[in-house]
Amino acid sequence: MMQAIGDALLLTQRNLRRIPRSPELLLGFTVQPIMFVLLFVYVFGGAIQTPGFTYVDFLIPGILIQMLCFGATLTGVGLADDLQKGLIDRFRSLPMARSAVLAGRTLADTVTNFFQIVVLVVVGIVVGFSFHTSVPEVLAGVVLALLLGLAISWISAIIGLSVMNVEAAQQIGFIWVFPLTFISSAFVPIDTMPPVLEAFASVNPITITVDAVRALWLGAPAGDNVWLSLVWSLGLIAIFAPFAVSRYRRVASA
Amino acid sequence: MRAGRNPTGSSGVRASAGRSGRVGAVSGTAGVPDNVLSVPEELAIDARGLRKAYGKVQALDGVDLAVPAGTVLGLLGPNGAGKTTTVRVLTTLLKPDAGTAHVAGIDVVKDADRVREHIGLAGQYAAVDENLTGVENLELVGRLYHLGRTKARARTKELLERFDLEEAGGRAAKTYSGGMRRRLDLAAALVVSPPVLFLDEPTTGLDPRSRLSVWDLVEGLVDDGTTVLLTTQYLDEVDRLADRIVVIDHGKVIAEGTADELKDQVGGERLVVVLEDDATAARAADVLRGLTNASAAPVVDGSEVAVTLRTRTGVLAEAVRALDGVGIEAGDLSIRRPTLDDVFLGLTGHAAEDPTDDDSQGDRA
Repeated sequence: MMQAIGDALLLTQRNLRRIPRSPELLLGFTVQPIMFVLLFVYVFGGAIQTPGFTYVDFLIPGILIQMLCFGATLTGVGLADDLQKGLIDRFRSLPMARSAVLAGRTLADTVTNFFQIVVLVVVGIVVGFSFHTSVPEVLAGVVLALLLGLAISWISAIIGLSVMNVEAAQQIGFIWVFPLTFISSAFVPIDTMPPVLEAFASVNPITITVDAVRALWLGAPAGDNVWLSLVWSLGLIAIFAPFAVSRYRRVASA
Repeated sequence: MRAGRNPTGSSGVRASAGRSGRVGAVSGTAGVPDNVLSVPEELAIDARGLRKAYGKVQALDGVDLAVPAGTVLGLLGPNGAGKTTTVRVLTTLLKPDAGTAHVAGIDVVKDADRVREHIGLAGQYAAVDENLTGVENLELVGRLYHLGRTKARARTKELLERFDLEEAGGRAAKTYSGGMRRRLDLAAALVVSPPVLFLDEPTTGLDPRSRLSVWDLVEGLVDDGTTVLLTTQYLDEVDRLADRIVVIDHGKVIAEGTADELKDQVGGERLVVVLEDDATAARAADVLRGLTNASAAPVVDGSEVAVTLRTRTGVLAEAVRALDGVGIEAGDLSIRRPTLDDVFLGLTGHAAEDPTDDDSQGDRA
């Protein structure tokens, strides 16, 4: 068990090391959140009515969750890349824990997600965002956001291990995460959507988590959102993590 | 250990049968009487009846391998023959549908984790992390073998020296040339000095100089006692590195022996006569028929006549006299050993690197 954790941490370190060395990744992780915040606040902000909030307060939790979900698709992309380059074969031929490659990857992606949250919140504060609650509530919001990101990471891992191809993993990640994050309360109040979309959006774990983070950060009414978000994220992880590990055991890289 | 696993001692028989160089000797004990006794030899790799199908494609169709410790086995075959699938089974990456395999005396299916502690694998791709430096790549592998930080670091330094990567060690692997990457990959496979090393097409895609340097490194390892299983499409590679060769096609072992034995099998030495005048070729063939063994007719190709020889002794003089006797002028006479290319063509009906070969099993096989 200790060895499994040690192996996973070694691979986490390996995955994190590449970030400062690949300018395109670094750019994606920093410039993208800045750009999204600026575009949404100044382009859409004036046109979208968000009763009870300023648009920037409303937007930051939503854009944060969306960014983490897109970040999580990189889990699958990274695994597909390792498969294509034969690295997974090497790891599988070493006497290391079977879970380490996946745990190391999802953990590394959770760490980068945390840094993205920091960048995003700082940019948000610059354009007028502020927390309306206490530090423990803010931290609880961060934890909920990271857990949802982790859940999406595990789903993305299965995709990466199934398609075994970087471009395909990217495309598929985009195709399912894009609508999932847009048909939610991330950018607009869902009661302006047509009934079908509104019904989908209201049960979407993205909506639930965004609303939970809004409650924890802005003091909005929480309802059941906080514990529902927790149940969604932990439930998704409980279902998809074992599936991903069994997929990893069987996977044969091309 | 081996006796406990295999009380009949048949593996010793198999191994000795294999040494006799008879085709197919290794692919079954059926033809070998049970009472043949020989000292069981330590086999570093011992695979029996390996079968693996991908859908309808039978990638392995009953492969047997017996590799004595400290020797190099060359696994030769065209694309899709089953070479990589064999390596994947032996390195615990793939479970066979049927058959058993032991590496370093350990069952690859039942005790895969322990096998992994005794093997090194350098696959078809230089499996190094491009974003890590040479040092970081090797240290990571060392730590994943649970060597501990200090040992992993010391071993990394040693390997970088041995593989001539000291200067490049601090640079990210993405800046390396193909040959350097392959050397780093090979170094990664050797971090724990594994007793059994698997090299899957180690020089595919390398320039001639890098190939030579990889060959030198492999030879050095073998001198230190490492057992190597090498797959390749290149005949010169097995010719140079392998003690024994197994030729595999369509998932089956179709021949086995040393390079010399395989060459003998396709007909031993040949006398090749190049005539001054094409028109005399048929007559020359008649005259030279006396030198050949009865089964093989002389082969005429333009002005060239080739005959398979019974014996080498005195052949050249005899051939010159015979041709002179009937007034045929020969421009050149030579005795040639068949190449492994001849062997491959003879055994499989297609050349070793024939691109038209069925590649439906792709890189998997």
